[in-house]
Amino acid sequence: MCQNCNLDEKEMKLQEVLNKHKDSKGALIPVLHEAQEIYGYLPLSVQEVIANALGLPLSEVYGVVTFYTQFSLYPKGQYKIQVCLGTACYVKGSNNILEEFKKQLGIEVGQSTEDGKFSLDACRCVGACGLAPVVMINEDVYGTLVPGDVANILKKY
Amino acid sequence: MKSLAELKAIKEKDIKAYDYKILIGMATCGIAAGANPVMSEFKKIAQEKKLDNVNIQLTGCIGICRLEPLVEVYDSKGNRFTYIHMDSKKAAEVMQSHIIEGKPCTDYLICDEPNGCIKNVLETRSFKKQIRIALRNCGNINPEHIDEYIQNDGYSALGKVLTEMKPQEVIQLLLDSGLRGRGGAGFPTGLKWKFAAAAQNDQKYVCCNADEGDPGAFMDRSVLEGDPHSVLEAMAIAGYAIGSNQGYIYVRAEYPIAVKRLNIAIKQAKEYGLLGNNIFGTGFDFDIEIRLGAGAFVCGEETALMTSIEGKRGEPRPRPPFPANKGLFGKPTILNNVETLANVPVIITKGPQWFNKIGTEKSKGTKVFAVGGKINNTGLIEIPMGMTLREVIYDIGGGIPNGKAFKAAQTGGPSGGCIPAEHLDIQIDYDNLVAIGSMMGSGGLIVMDEDNCMVDIAQFFLGFTVDESCGKCPPCRIGTRRMLEMLEKITDGNGEDGDIEKLERLAYSIKEAALCGLGQTAPNPVLSTLRYFRDEYKAHIYDKTCPSGVCKHLLNYYIDSEKCVGCSVCARNCPVNAISGVIKSPYVIDNDTCIKCGVCYEKCKFDAIYKK
Repeated sequence: MCQNCNLDEKEMKLQEVLNKHKDSKGALIPVLHEAQEIYGYLPLSVQEVIANALGLPLSEVYGVVTFYTQFSLYPKGQYKIQVCLGTACYVKGSNNILEEFKKQLGIEVGQSTEDGKFSLDACRCVGACGLAPVVMINEDVYGTLVPGDVANILKKY
Repeated sequence: MKSLAELKAIKEKDIKAYDYKILIGMATCGIAAGANPVMSEFKKIAQEKKLDNVNIQLTGCIGICRLEPLVEVYDSKGNRFTYIHMDSKKAAEVMQSHIIEGKPCTDYLICDEPNGCIKNVLETRSFKKQIRIALRNCGNINPEHIDEYIQNDGYSALGKVLTEMKPQEVIQLLLDSGLRGRGGAGFPTGLKWKFAAAAQNDQKYVCCNADEGDPGAFMDRSVLEGDPHSVLEAMAIAGYAIGSNQGYIYVRAEYPIAVKRLNIAIKQAKEYGLLGNNIFGTGFDFDIEIRLGAGAFVCGEETALMTSIEGKRGEPRPRPPFPANKGLFGKPTILNNVETLANVPVIITKGPQWFNKIGTEKSKGTKVFAVGGKINNTGLIEIPMGMTLREVIYDIGGGIPNGKAFKAAQTGGPSGGCIPAEHLDIQIDYDNLVAIGSMMGSGGLIVMDEDNCMVDIAQFFLGFTVDESCGKCPPCRIGTRRMLEMLEKITDGNGEDGDIEKLERLAYSIKEAALCGLGQTAPNPVLSTLRYFRDEYKAHIYDKTCPSGVCKHLLNYYIDSEKCVGCSVCARNCPVNAISGVIKSPYVIDNDTCIKCGVCYEKCKFDAIYKK
């Protein structure tokens, strides 16, 4: 009988990931990374599938997901805004940039806008300290910012 | 790759001679500053005009972040030109004038005060003081082409080790070189390898710590983005020395470009047989896998990192047993930092005596620093150990912007401390920095000026530690939180007599009792600022003022009646109506009503509002 007929596309992809990794040592974290790529976040239902496939208790999977800041239990925005609060950025006033994003978007750190377009997070050092203060939106990096730049950046999306 | 002769053939193979080679800096900082459109423009013009005498390549970080995007043009006569702040318009001009007409665009070349414009980066004052060992290839080769690495002596150290040396000889060579770990504590690399080599086991592992979590440090990212093969080569050498056939690189997921280039490098090395089975026909096998971090600072600690590779919560465990005996998956393991590894191939090719002539008595070689914060020349530098902090900040770093006064340099990130102006003449090496209450750390060097409040900085670092504490041991989990609360109390203006002493007592208890390096060093930012800037703490507690004007709760906003033209913008924008006055005469702020939001300060076009 066809085993995968009832699975949607995302579930199929997850199965592929699980098959690829299931025999390698310490597979859980690479699997979670790829699962989050597929779903955008890691809801409990996905964690259950992973736990079963890797033969781990759900509590252990949940423990790992909540330990690492990269893994999220909630959906993120289409555009993930990360304001760097590393040292170099902080001494150059990145907290003012963060305040400006909060003001413009009307959300707090860790939240998403109602339309799901943007989510706002503070992060620790993206390693572009020479351009401090820095903001990352998905893969794009914006550097040497002042609060006045925020509105223009948001307009691009 | 079955023999050294094959490597030699690649090294010496005829490279097509071009009239011009154009290198475009495309590390994270270059791309962030806009290198992608510059690259496309160069490629587009070369294609349109059918210029087959031009070789356009990407390269890694040249180190002068503030001048990105950077483009370097090499001509066949051996001249090198460094163009700065490039965009696609300038790229088109350089293409037309320099490449097609043979006239360099002097307007866009790098400048060096007071000499004005010069030809290339090597002639700048800040470059002349540097020695590049770990960064030798960064900005000079295309990191995505293994041949370029080989043509710059790459993999010859691995060849030499496998065909001419015994494992013990490799370890002895490293011991003789005096190389110490560049990740923080400065443990002798050769000694680490020796312990792991002595451990008896059928399986051993070589790990590379590329989990550069220190905020303000980005040298490991630059090496991985600019010269990934040097790390792979060094790991294979380490594998041979300790008797391991498997390596892991644990790299931050926040560094997508580094991960991409590492993957490319591993693939190419495997294709060439420089990783895999029977390398150079010697029967030595070595393979490398990449594992991504997931945003936990504590995973930079060695035992936590290994737990994380095993797929678990990255919590540290007590030592002993040390990883050299019982590490990853319970097997003997060595863990070296990226920069440390990048030094290894050169030390083997050029010899330990060459290396240990550079540096101070107990700290050999060079150290890469990521210089950031309130300094003119932000970027990546590599200096011989023993250079003074003053030389780094003023000669290489170009001093403090806007004529402000230097207050402190912070090294070692959340585990380190601040170095005040009185120690500017200290010679930078492992032991000197520890002696003045800071540490080398992984090499972040953040400069602070008179506008930075040191209590606020201490609070910033404690906030970081509290966020990043894994929660396994109570001294760190609870202790750092209590310290943070005390600092918040002080910066909020509620500090009391005796708070400083309480902070110190708790700080020393945490240092004694915490399980791992993160907890044991977490109080350092507080202790070092208390050591050098105790007066600032006292001002916050006893005088209820913040001398640098940073801590919001201790500030009051005032209007300078001389400068105020009475435009009323401040009063109209004040959310609590704390500003009153009559149009065209100076306004006044009622400090009892004011909530110190700073809106008036931002809105005033006449610089009439100040805080004190």
